Amino acid sequence: MPLTDALRDDILASVPSLRAFAISLSGNGDRADDLVQETLLRALANIDSFQPGSNLPAWLFTILRNLFRSDYRKRRREVEDAEGSYAKTLKTQPAQSAHLEFEEFRAALDKLPQDQREALILVGASGFSYEDAAAICGCAVGTIKSRVNRARSKLSALLYVEGAEDFGPDETVRAVIGGSGG
Amino acid sequence: MKPQRLNSRGNVEQVMKEVKSQASKGAGHGKQGGLNAEIQSRIGHQLRAMYDDVVRQGVPDRFAELIRKLDVPKPDAQVESTGDPDDGRN
Repeated sequence: MPLTDALRDDILASVPSLRAFAISLSGNGDRADDLVQETLLRALANIDSFQPGSNLPAWLFTILRNLFRSDYRKRRREVEDAEGSYAKTLKTQPAQSAHLEFEEFRAALDKLPQDQREALILVGASGFSYEDAAAICGCAVGTIKSRVNRARSKLSALLYVEGAEDFGPDETVRAVIGGSGG
Repeated sequence: MKPQRLNSRGNVEQVMKEVKSQASKGAGHGKQGGLNAEIQSRIGHQLRAMYDDVVRQGVPDRFAELIRKLDVPKPDAQVESTGDPDDGRN
């Protein structure tokens, strides 16, 4: 469809969540904003292929996700060097303990396999349905559900199992951790 | 022109504190099922805190201008610095 004012406004309204998605995926503010910019340029260049009435955020997220994945493959080594740089993008450092907690969470999130991380973010933070998340990632709904479950189990293991004695024997979590293998 | 940097609005900090205090309470629970649910809820909070902190930053000028410029084909259109970074939908 043509780029109407209403459509332009809708795209603009999606920018904050696109940025949040990009930062959550990449862990790097500058790179995330480049991704968002590239996404917007692609979306605007291909606006004719957007179906009126279909889910605009899902369409934009799909573009960003695909860009991230192709970029990620190219820059894998660089990304490893830049690990942990998310904290440096924070202008104001939160108080120490909360900051450490946050860093820990971010680090744990980065340890997830990419498939699981993106599924968890789309469903758990962006608020997409499993169906929309499946469409964005180009996989089956059941696949998304299992990725989200594995992501959650792995995060809880990384963040909480060691500190919570009672949680150790949870066999479901153990099985999942044992089965995900990297 | 640099985009807006991420800045913490104290929100992440707040949630992390809450999460931490809940975590120490939760660790004393005997029931695994309850603890597991609590942990999952904490993870959900942390994930959304991280994400929403960025969402709340709204639209950086860079992107508002980009969309506006491409939207207006005429070169003499008003695309200067009418950027409205507070356009965040609420």
